[in-house]
Amino acid sequence: MSALIVITFSGLALGAIYFLAASGLSLIYGLMDILNFAHGLFMTLGAYAGWAVASHFPASFGAPALLVLAVVASILGGAAAAGLTEVLLIRPLYGRPVSQILVTIGLDLAAVGLLMGGFGSSALQIPVPLWLLEATHIGSVNLPNANFLALAAGVVVLLALEWFLRRTRYGIIIRAGVENREMVSALGIDVGRAFTVVFVIGGAMAGLAGLLYSVVFSGDLITPAQGDSLLIFAFIVVVIGGLGSIRGSAVAALVVGLVQDYTSFYIGGHPGWAEIGNLSVVLLLAFVLEWRPRGLFGSVL
Amino acid sequence: MTLLRRYRGAVVGILALVIFGLLPLVSLHIPWVLPGTVDVVNSTGTLEVLALCFMFAGVALGYDLMFGFTGLLSLGPVLYFAAGAYVFDIAVTRWSWPLVPALALTAGVAVVLALILGAVALRVDGIAFAMVTLAFAQAFFFLIENNPHNLTGGDTGLALSDLRLPSLLSGAVSNTRNLYWIAFAFLVVTFAVVWLVTESVTGHIFVAIRENERRLDVLGIRPFRFKLLSFVLSSLIAAGGGVVYVLVIGTAVPSAVAATTVTISILIMVVLGGAGTRWGAVVGAMAYVYLQQFLVKVSGEPSFTTMPAILRVPLSQPQFLLGAIFVLFVLFVPGGLAGLIGRLGAKRDTTLPQPRRGIASMVKGLKK
Repeated sequence: MSALIVITFSGLALGAIYFLAASGLSLIYGLMDILNFAHGLFMTLGAYAGWAVASHFPASFGAPALLVLAVVASILGGAAAAGLTEVLLIRPLYGRPVSQILVTIGLDLAAVGLLMGGFGSSALQIPVPLWLLEATHIGSVNLPNANFLALAAGVVVLLALEWFLRRTRYGIIIRAGVENREMVSALGIDVGRAFTVVFVIGGAMAGLAGLLYSVVFSGDLITPAQGDSLLIFAFIVVVIGGLGSIRGSAVAALVVGLVQDYTSFYIGGHPGWAEIGNLSVVLLLAFVLEWRPRGLFGSVL
Repeated sequence: MTLLRRYRGAVVGILALVIFGLLPLVSLHIPWVLPGTVDVVNSTGTLEVLALCFMFAGVALGYDLMFGFTGLLSLGPVLYFAAGAYVFDIAVTRWSWPLVPALALTAGVAVVLALILGAVALRVDGIAFAMVTLAFAQAFFFLIENNPHNLTGGDTGLALSDLRLPSLLSGAVSNTRNLYWIAFAFLVVTFAVVWLVTESVTGHIFVAIRENERRLDVLGIRPFRFKLLSFVLSSLIAAGGGVVYVLVIGTAVPSAVAATTVTISILIMVVLGGAGTRWGAVVGAMAYVYLQQFLVKVSGEPSFTTMPAILRVPLSQPQFLLGAIFVLFVLFVPGGLAGLIGRLGAKRDTTLPQPRRGIASMVKGLKK
């Protein structure tokens, strides 16, 4: 029983990180029709920005302060990378959706190559406070503190995003643009600026996701290619949730995280089944598409 | 002169056929530009790289049939490439099958896989199709890593045992020339098949699907089976490429044969060359593979390692350079090499057909 609770909790934390990665992708797709392959790069750059700050500021700051700085740096790093990408590479290609996808593929390839050249392909370690490696006792179960961090980040971002999309002018423009871009342009609203905003927000969330994934699930290690392996799961979450839907992404992210954790814990232990967690996620995708080709909450496709 | 112009394609093709076909027999010395360690055209290293060039050119051409001609942006060609490599490798190495039954099994598995997965993926369009094919390919990668029944060798891969292969195919260095010719033959056959298909009625329906699928529906032609046919043909060619890969390299490793990076490379080759033009994919693939191998060689040279870090780090990463070249092509050369040459030709000679438009509006199912 306690194992079930621990696995559920860690599946939800994984889902929270998938949500951070997938919701930006989903918004970008919904508004701009871009399958953003550079999203994995934004995650990786966020993690590296966090690492750079946490390991170069003096340790006298104290580990908790360094972690906060790293989180801020990952958000800013991801946002800056995404903003630059949109302005320099996506904007010249408006009206050419396939070229936009291709340019993000090329950017991802080039930048990951550069990271490998600069930092080497081996992993770097992010310094974290000790309490993050410990677990909290609730009743008879031990829940890892890192999982709380991921879940809290997921909930805060979901609430902030919902508030932004419902209560601010840009949020409303973005929602309207996802529904019908031509209509928004026809009303004289500069959709181009909304594109940049969506990229910056998506990049910020991706940067945070990249850092948190390292801290929560990969032993504080970061590598140049980590974002690309996360990206595939983010894509799957986006398709299952329905392209363009934030709530769809949130629900699908939790489902995918739980399915992945349950199957790899209960089945993956048997010899010859080690990859069942990853495989079952793809099977889930095939099943959902057979049943609902537009995804759980999808309308724009 | 007009006759020559008219048959220019055929002349270039026959010339390329003769030159590349006879290349292994010529020990010409060319300094620096060859990717092998020895500066001789028919050295083992150079022949092996050229064999890889031909193999990828064939695979890219097959991919172009689906992407460039039919407008289906699949992100899963690596699945069939890996299936070809692994099924052949497993049949020969684990089960000690002779060559011909192993080839037949590989083709059968590739076709069945493509029929089933293609039928599922083609239920959706555009970006969703791209993502579903990507996810299937990733699932196949996980399956190979998982090493079911100890068949694939997991992470470390599966070296091809040449005990049951004809001796002229075994991995011995003296056989590099034969492997070169096999890879070249694969490309020539693939080109012939793609040429026949794209010139046929079926090929015209492929292009019609790319241009306007609803119109086909109205004309009473069901697009689905033609899309599936294009998908299966392309996948079968990719599987053939996988077989050639295992023969040339002598081993199948998941990170080199089944990872998404292979799909990305194939896509880049086609776009660099110019999608939907047949020879564009061939030239793009050959340039890509050659450049990749050549850059690896250059980055190890002594004059290079003494450069300041700010130049050395980016220049020593083929992945960075190829990615950057690709970004520049997408931004500034929309039609790829084929479009570029078409445009240069059009300036000189107004009787030539205008260059094809970029791939911007080519993929189906994208909102405009």
